[in-house]
Amino acid sequence: MKPSKLDLLQGTLDLMVLKTLAAMGSLHGYGIARRIEQVSGNQVLLNQGTIYASLVRLEQRGWIRSSWGVSGNHRKAKFYSLTAAGQRRLSEDARYWERLSGVMDRVLQMDKDSGALPEDGEPA
Amino acid sequence: MNGRFLRRVRAFFTRRRLDRELDAELAAHLDLAIEENLERGLSPEEARRVALAELGGAQQARERHREARGLMRLDIFLHDLRYTFRTLGRDPGFTAVAILILALGIGANIAVFSVVNTLMLRPLPFPNAQELVWIAPPPQKCGLSCATYSTDAYDEFRMYTHSYQDVTGYFAFSSPGNLSLTIGNSGPLPATSIDVIANFFNVLGVRPAMGRLFTPADALDGASPVIVLSDAWWRRQFNADPQIIGKAFDINGRQTTVVGVLPASFDFGAVFSPGAKIDAITPLDLYGPPRDWGNIVTLIGRMKPGVTLAQARQDANAALPHMCWNNKYPQSCGSYRRGAIPVPLKEYVSGRLRRSLIVLWSAVGLILLIACVNLSNLLLARATARSKEFAMRAALGASRGRIIGQLLTESLILSGIGALLGLCLANLLVFWLAHQGAIALPLLGTMRIDGTALAWTLLVALATAFLFGIFPGARMAAGNLQESLKDSGLGAGQSRKHERVRSILVVTEVALACVLLVGAGLLLRSFLKVLDIDLGFQPERAYAIKVDLPPYASDQGLRTQQAYHGLIGRRTAFFQQVIARVLQIPGVETAGFSDYLPLGQNREWGTPWPKGIPQPDALPAGPLVYVVTPGFLRAMGTPLRGRDFNWDDNFNTQSVVIISQAYAQFVAAKAHWDNGDAVGHTLSNGQQDLYIIGVAANVHEETTEGDAGWQIYYPQTQAQPTSAQLVLRATLPVNSGPVLQALRTLNPNQTAAEFRPLQTFVDHANSPRRFFMFLVAAFAALGLLLAALGIYGVISYSVTRQTQEIGIRMALGATMGRVQREVLAATLRLAAIGILLGTAASLAVARLIASLLFATSPWDLATYLGMAAVLLAIAVISGFLPARRAAHVDPMVALRAN
Repeated sequence: MKPSKLDLLQGTLDLMVLKTLAAMGSLHGYGIARRIEQVSGNQVLLNQGTIYASLVRLEQRGWIRSSWGVSGNHRKAKFYSLTAAGQRRLSEDARYWERLSGVMDRVLQMDKDSGALPEDGEPA
Repeated sequence: MNGRFLRRVRAFFTRRRLDRELDAELAAHLDLAIEENLERGLSPEEARRVALAELGGAQQARERHREARGLMRLDIFLHDLRYTFRTLGRDPGFTAVAILILALGIGANIAVFSVVNTLMLRPLPFPNAQELVWIAPPPQKCGLSCATYSTDAYDEFRMYTHSYQDVTGYFAFSSPGNLSLTIGNSGPLPATSIDVIANFFNVLGVRPAMGRLFTPADALDGASPVIVLSDAWWRRQFNADPQIIGKAFDINGRQTTVVGVLPASFDFGAVFSPGAKIDAITPLDLYGPPRDWGNIVTLIGRMKPGVTLAQARQDANAALPHMCWNNKYPQSCGSYRRGAIPVPLKEYVSGRLRRSLIVLWSAVGLILLIACVNLSNLLLARATARSKEFAMRAALGASRGRIIGQLLTESLILSGIGALLGLCLANLLVFWLAHQGAIALPLLGTMRIDGTALAWTLLVALATAFLFGIFPGARMAAGNLQESLKDSGLGAGQSRKHERVRSILVVTEVALACVLLVGAGLLLRSFLKVLDIDLGFQPERAYAIKVDLPPYASDQGLRTQQAYHGLIGRRTAFFQQVIARVLQIPGVETAGFSDYLPLGQNREWGTPWPKGIPQPDALPAGPLVYVVTPGFLRAMGTPLRGRDFNWDDNFNTQSVVIISQAYAQFVAAKAHWDNGDAVGHTLSNGQQDLYIIGVAANVHEETTEGDAGWQIYYPQTQAQPTSAQLVLRATLPVNSGPVLQALRTLNPNQTAAEFRPLQTFVDHANSPRRFFMFLVAAFAALGLLLAALGIYGVISYSVTRQTQEIGIRMALGATMGRVQREVLAATLRLAAIGILLGTAASLAVARLIASLLFATSPWDLATYLGMAAVLLAIAVISGFLPARRAAHVDPMVALRAN
C-alpha cells in the first residue's frame, strides 16, 4: 500500500509558493503547483486550486506581483513574481522554519537515556 | 496589515472583475495541465479527467479565492440582506404589522427622548449654563411674589457678594398685553414685554441676532425708550424687516426705538415663564420709580468659574443682613428673613418635572418592551412555519452561527425600517409638541430631534433588533434537525413547545400592559381629582379681558394727595361706565374689575395684622393682593360672607378690605375673636386701619393643585389698581366682538386684547399634568393594543393548529358553544395570569409615581379593578374571533384537510 500523502500545515503553502518563485523567477499558477509537487517528490496532497487563494493572499500583502503574459507554448496565463518585500519575507520565514524544524528534530530524537531536555531549544 | 484591509475592501467591490480574472486563470491552468498530460501520452479524455481531479474542483477554488481576498463576512451579510428582503417581501402582512409595531414603539421612544433631552439632559441654551443660578427663598405658596426682591436689595446683593461674576434679574409682574403698539391708522395692538435689568443679556450670555441689546444708559431715568424684539414677534408683526434697527414705533403712546432683535434660540417665555408668549424685552429703570414698588425683581446670578454652589450659597447668606427692602427705611434692612438661596437655574426651570419625565421615559420603555415581546412572538410563529427551511439549510451544512446571523439580519432590517418610520412619526409628534405654546412646560418650543436623539434612535433600534431577534433565533438554531424535518403535521412536538413559549410571551405582554394601564389609570384619576378641586371661583361661563385705561394728565406725577384722589375718582367713573355698558350685552350677568387674576401674576404687600396682637414667628407667606371693583367677586363666582365693596366706599369713609377664609381663620384664632369670625374686626398695615367687611372663599391663585394661600382684596375706590382686568359672568356664551365694541366706545385706544374664558387660565395651570397624563394614557392604549394583538395571534394560531382535533371532537358530538367556550377559557387563562403578574408588579412600582399623584393612593383599589376589567375585556374581544372560527369548524372539512 502506498503511504498516504502529507496534508499541508496551515501557512506552509504560502512559504512554498514564495520559495518557488524565488528559485524559478516568474511563473504561472499551474507551473508553481507542478513545481511544488515535483520538488516534494509527489508527497504533498495539493489541490491545485488552493494555490490561487494563496496567490491572491500573497499579492494583497504585497509580497508577489502578477501580470498577464504568454507561456512557452503560446498560452495566455497570469505570471507571478517575487517583490522585494516578498524576498525579505521569504528569508524571515525560511529562518523561522529552519529553527522550528531543528527544534522538532531534536525533540523527536530525544530518547529515555539522553537525560535533560535541550536547554533552550535555540541552535546557535 | 491596514494596506491589506484596504485591498480586501477594494477586492470586495471589484469582485466581479476578480472572479472573471480567476476564471480565466483557472481555464489557462486546465489547458496547461491537459497539454502536459497529453504529452505524457494520456488519451484526450483521460488527460482532461486527471487535470480536473488535480485541480480539485473549480468552484471550491473560487470560494477559497474569495475567502482569501475579500470580506467574507460582509459578503455573507449582503447575501443575508438580499435573502431577507426577498423573504419579507413574500410575507407582506407580517412585514407590515412588524414594521408598524416597531415604528410605534421606537417612534414613541424617540419623541419622549427628545422631551427628556430638552427638559432634563441638555443644558439650558446659554453659554456655560452650569454657572447660572436662580436666587430666591425656598419655594412658597405665593409663587414669584415671594421669590422677588426690591431693587435696593438687588443692588446690595450685587455689592456684598463676591462669588458671582454678575447678578441680574427681571421685573416679575408684567401682565400679559402690557404693550400697546400703534402702527399707522389701525387700532392699537396688544403685546407683552418683560422689563429686565440692563445687564440681563450679558449675564445670560445672549448675543443679539441684529442690532444691540441693552446698555446701562438705556435703563437710566429719563433715557429715551428702547425695545428689543423677540425673533417670533419680529417675524410676525414686522414681517422680518431687515432694516428694523433704529426704527421707532408708537408703543404705549411713546416713540420707542427698536435697538435689537433677539436670536431665535432665546425665548424668554420658554425658560422663565413657560406657556407665556413674550414678544419683547424692555429695560427696567432700576433707580427710578420701581425703587418704591417693593419686591419686584427676581435674582439670577452667574457664578465665577470654579465657585461651588455651596460657596455661592454661603456668600448669598452673608449678604442677607445688608439687603434692605427700601434704603429709605433703615429698619427694613436685613428683613429678607426667608433668605436668598441660589439653586442651579436649570433646577429652577425644569427640576420639578424630573420625576414626571422619568415616569414618562419608563412608560415608553415599557412600550418598547411590549413591542419586542410582540415581535418575538410574531417571529416565533414565523419561525415555526419556517423550521423546515432552516432544518434543510442546516442539513446542507449551514452552521448554527450562520442561521442565527440570518435571523438577526432579519430583525435588524425590520427594526431599521421600523426606526426610520418611527423617526418620521417622532418628528411629527415633536414638531406638534414644540408648537403647543399653551402647555406650561419650559423649553418646549426649543424641542427638536438633534444628534443625540438620532444616536439614541440608533441605540434603540439595535437593542430592539437584538432583543426580539435573539430569542427566536437561538430557539431556531438550537432546534433538533431531525425533529424539525420529521415534524410535519400540525400538532407535533416542536409546535407544541413553541406554543408554550408563545403563551409565556403573551403573559409577559399582558403583565407589562397591565403595569402601564395601572400607571395611566392612577394618573387619570389624579387628573380627574384635580379637575374637581374647588378653586374658590367658578371658571365656567366667565370671561376676562385686559382693559386699557384712558390716559389722564395727572398719571405722570401723583405728588399730591389731591391729585391721587382725583385720579382714583376718574378711574372709578370709567370702571362704572364700562360695567354699565358691558351689562347691556345680552347674556352678561355681572361684571367687575381686578388688577390681577388668579392663576396669573400676583403680588404681596405684607401681612396686615390686628393692633395689639403679637405676630407669631412662624407666619405663613403674606396674602396676595387684589385691587377690585364692586361685583368682581360675584363675577368670579367666589362665595363671600359679609358684604361686597360698593361704589360708596371711598376716601371719605373708612378703609375696608375683604380677606380670604384661611387668612381670616388664622388671624381670628390668634386674636381670639368671638366665634373665630373676622367680619367686623379691624386689621392694621402699619399706616392705616383696615376694616374687614367680608370673608371670601379661599382661591387657588398660584396653582390649581397646591394648597390655596391667603388673599386680601382692596376696593379700587380706595387703592390704585396697577392694571384693569375686566371679568364678566354670562348666562349665554359671549364672544369678544360686542365686548371690544363696548370698550372702544369708551376708550378708542382699547387694544384688541385677548378675550379669554376663565377656563383657559385653569387649563393653562393644569397643562403640565394634562400633558403627562395624556402621553402616559396614549402609551397605555398602545400597550393595550399590542397586548390584544399578541393574544389574538397566539389564540388564533392555536385554533389553526387544533383544527383537526376540534373537527374530531365536533364529529364526536361536542357542541359549537362548548368549543367556543373552551377557546375563550384558554384566552382568559392567559389574560388572568398576565393580569395577576402585572398587578403584583404594579403594586411594587406604584410607589415610584406616588409623588405624581394627586389625592389618589398609589394602591387605589378602584383603579386596579378597573384596569383589570379593561384588560380582561380586551382579552375576551381578541379571543372572540378565533373562538368563533373554532366553533364554525366543519368536521368534514377539518378531517379531510392535511
